[in-house]
Amino acid sequence: MPGSIKNRVAIVGMGCTQFGELWGKGPTDLIVEAVTEAVADAGIEMKDIQAVWSGTLFSGNGGRTVAEALRLPYLPVTRVENACGSGHEAVRGASYAVAAGIYDICLAVGYEKLKDEGMSGLPGMQNRTGTHYESSMPGVFAMMATRYFNRYGLTPQEGKSMLGKISVKSHHNGSLNPKAHLRREITLDQVLSAPIIAWPLGLFDCCGVSDGAAAAIIVRADMIKSFKNKPVYVKALQICASPTSGRMVTDYDYTHVEEAHRAGIAAYKEAGITNPRKEVSMAEVHDCFSITEAVTMEDLQFSQRGRVKEDIEAGMFDLTGSLPVQPDGGLKCFGHPIGASGIRMLYEPYLQFQGRAGKRQLKDPKIALAHNMGNEPYAPVVSVCIVGL
Amino acid sequence: MVGIVAYGAYIPWHRMDRQQCVKAWGGFGMPGEKAVAYFDEDSVTMGVAAAIDCLGDGNAGAIDGLYFATTSAPYKEKQSAAIMAIALGLRRDVRTADMTTSLRAGTIAFGMALDAIKAGTASNVMVTAADMRLAAPAGMTEQGLGDGAAAFLLGKENVIAEIQGTYSITDELAGTWRAADDTFIRSWEDRMVQDEGYSTIIPEALNGIMKKYGLKPKDFTKVVFDSPVDGRRHGKVASTVGFDASQIQEPFSLFLKVGLTGCASAPMMLVLALEQAKPGDKILYAGSGDGVDAFILQVTDAITNLPARRGIKGHLASKKMMESYNTYLTWRGIVPQEEARRPAKTPARLSAMWRERKQQLGLWGIKCRKCGTIQYDDGAAATTPIRICAVCGAKDNFDDYGFSRKKAKVFSYTHDNLAPVADPPASVVLVDFEGGGRAFFDLTDRDPKEIAVGTEVEMTFRRMQVNRGLSIYHWKARPVR
Repeated sequence: MPGSIKNRVAIVGMGCTQFGELWGKGPTDLIVEAVTEAVADAGIEMKDIQAVWSGTLFSGNGGRTVAEALRLPYLPVTRVENACGSGHEAVRGASYAVAAGIYDICLAVGYEKLKDEGMSGLPGMQNRTGTHYESSMPGVFAMMATRYFNRYGLTPQEGKSMLGKISVKSHHNGSLNPKAHLRREITLDQVLSAPIIAWPLGLFDCCGVSDGAAAAIIVRADMIKSFKNKPVYVKALQICASPTSGRMVTDYDYTHVEEAHRAGIAAYKEAGITNPRKEVSMAEVHDCFSITEAVTMEDLQFSQRGRVKEDIEAGMFDLTGSLPVQPDGGLKCFGHPIGASGIRMLYEPYLQFQGRAGKRQLKDPKIALAHNMGNEPYAPVVSVCIVGL
Repeated sequence: MVGIVAYGAYIPWHRMDRQQCVKAWGGFGMPGEKAVAYFDEDSVTMGVAAAIDCLGDGNAGAIDGLYFATTSAPYKEKQSAAIMAIALGLRRDVRTADMTTSLRAGTIAFGMALDAIKAGTASNVMVTAADMRLAAPAGMTEQGLGDGAAAFLLGKENVIAEIQGTYSITDELAGTWRAADDTFIRSWEDRMVQDEGYSTIIPEALNGIMKKYGLKPKDFTKVVFDSPVDGRRHGKVASTVGFDASQIQEPFSLFLKVGLTGCASAPMMLVLALEQAKPGDKILYAGSGDGVDAFILQVTDAITNLPARRGIKGHLASKKMMESYNTYLTWRGIVPQEEARRPAKTPARLSAMWRERKQQLGLWGIKCRKCGTIQYDDGAAATTPIRICAVCGAKDNFDDYGFSRKKAKVFSYTHDNLAPVADPPASVVLVDFEGGGRAFFDLTDRDPKEIAVGTEVEMTFRRMQVNRGLSIYHWKARPVR
């Protein structure tokens, strides 16, 4: 029987930079700003950190990049990479090390200087033989929308409207978040008339491509009395890597993400949640594209299969709904500095639980879910992290 | 009996009205249109396509040799036929050769295949000729040329046209030429080249073969040989030798729809002639360039049993007119396009290309011996070839399974404006193969408007990119037409 992380570690400090096209800032700036904020927030000093897990896809050179930026005194620093899921992976490493009793205080930091990669949008895929089909990341997620529309009998107009409402909601939330990359409200008409990036997804179906960093200080649960902040406990950390059979075997429907579904089931079990739709107070999911958020609602059992449209239209995931999703604007508007995103997803629950979410503040949230996904929908690695009071 | 067992052809889907050249450059426009290889096509891919058309459902494993004729090979050093042999699924113990540099290469390869079979060193040899010669912009040569390919399977059984006689002459005249470092064709004065070359050597060869075998023009149903840009000269040559108009395989239908296809010209005309041939027909076939090769063909009863194929007629019927001459310039790399504002592709890893040659060039997947699941790994992860079954977990317990000649249906698709491609949007499909198996492919030769879930596609061998001088080939899907 595997052990459980539930209530064994707590987050006692967090930091997050402004996300955006931060042309004047490099990886060092981002790491220093996020970590110094987290350290100050926890009321500790840099020297109190005993070990570090860092997550980045493009911007690191081993663990050394963080050690260098912070001039850490010969600490154990590990760099993890799990594609767009690298942020959660850093939290997992730090949490398990603390829970194992090896360290008392660990730092998890995720960062990405994505705008040094010289492109708009997310990077495409290549293989070793130079024969990869020419599709961008929007392209492979667009193909999930094509399937979803086909399977559930939605016309392109109906399907795009359903997805558009997700983006309108996230832009509203992002407009209330001073650290978000995209802080402008949009209308459904704007979404539907925007240029097509990869049919059927348009510009507003795609997340921001951003620079940024986020950091968390993780300590043993029995130490929380020595910290000033209201602690946020880790309730579940589950991750699921794809055997990548969805693109080879014809029974995959391409209207759901099996790995998300399985990681969700495992996380609910670990956290002791039996009715996610009722028990989860808020969620930050990996909304790299609007269609990803839509199917994730079904994968995580917030909505029934094929029926997320009803919940979207009922406003269930709005800030005022019964299960607000992306209260901070999500990848869509807060932005998506790849390695930082998984930790940014925990920053919002952390603020919400402590009553520090400003105009976005939800009433009395107790359980928050963060869902961090890397790679393509038919072959991803998906992490589900549940935190709560 | 040794002869042609099957034939095939390939003409690119894209055609350009010759008036596009006039719109771009002014001057005089030749009538008709020219076939233009897509940005992902070259002589190798067209040669493979013609060979697949020729082979149909036939057994690639029975082929003992592959001779590829072209004057536009992708490499100066490195054999094209070796690439094509894997694409076509040929055995390892086959003889492959490229016949290059001569516009007569198509008939040279044909004759050498015949000799190999007669000598008993091979039973079945595939001969494929493909060309996409490049003429400098704004000239008449550019208008006259087109891209295309033909293929013949030569063998001893089920012969549809017996080869009863051969005759060759070699003649030294550099009428048109490309030096090793030339991109475009050069030519000497047309009148001299045609008078002392074409119009002299073709009659010499036709008369020579008839004299050798004691035949007269009236003994032939048809005479088939290549034409210069001026098709009237072709007819004049035939009549000089003594053929009347009804016997001549006229060059105009190909010239007006495809253009002159280099060393594939005469072979494509022969395919057209065979499409119309009846048992008992006798055909005099010749190809010119640095001399002439001539052949006497006797059509047999077996031609009526040849399964349907696209050939010339089928390919002519399926086309898309190009909207601008600029497109042609960019596809041929004559005018550089602004590079995508994206990071460069990672350099080709020759070691990986070699390791996965069977999967990437041959489109071989597996059928699990334990659970029977058919699988192709498109190599998105770094895991090909398949070692563990995706369904039952069996390890290394598979039979080879070829996908290259399987049809498939579109399971999902997108038209991607972000991915950097020469002809955006990048159309990508996830397809389910008939009989099993699923994989992603680029969709080529497509009109985005005609693609839907369920659209039927077939596989086509294409050039994915040129990287450090390496032409990297793989398979794409295209709508079945």
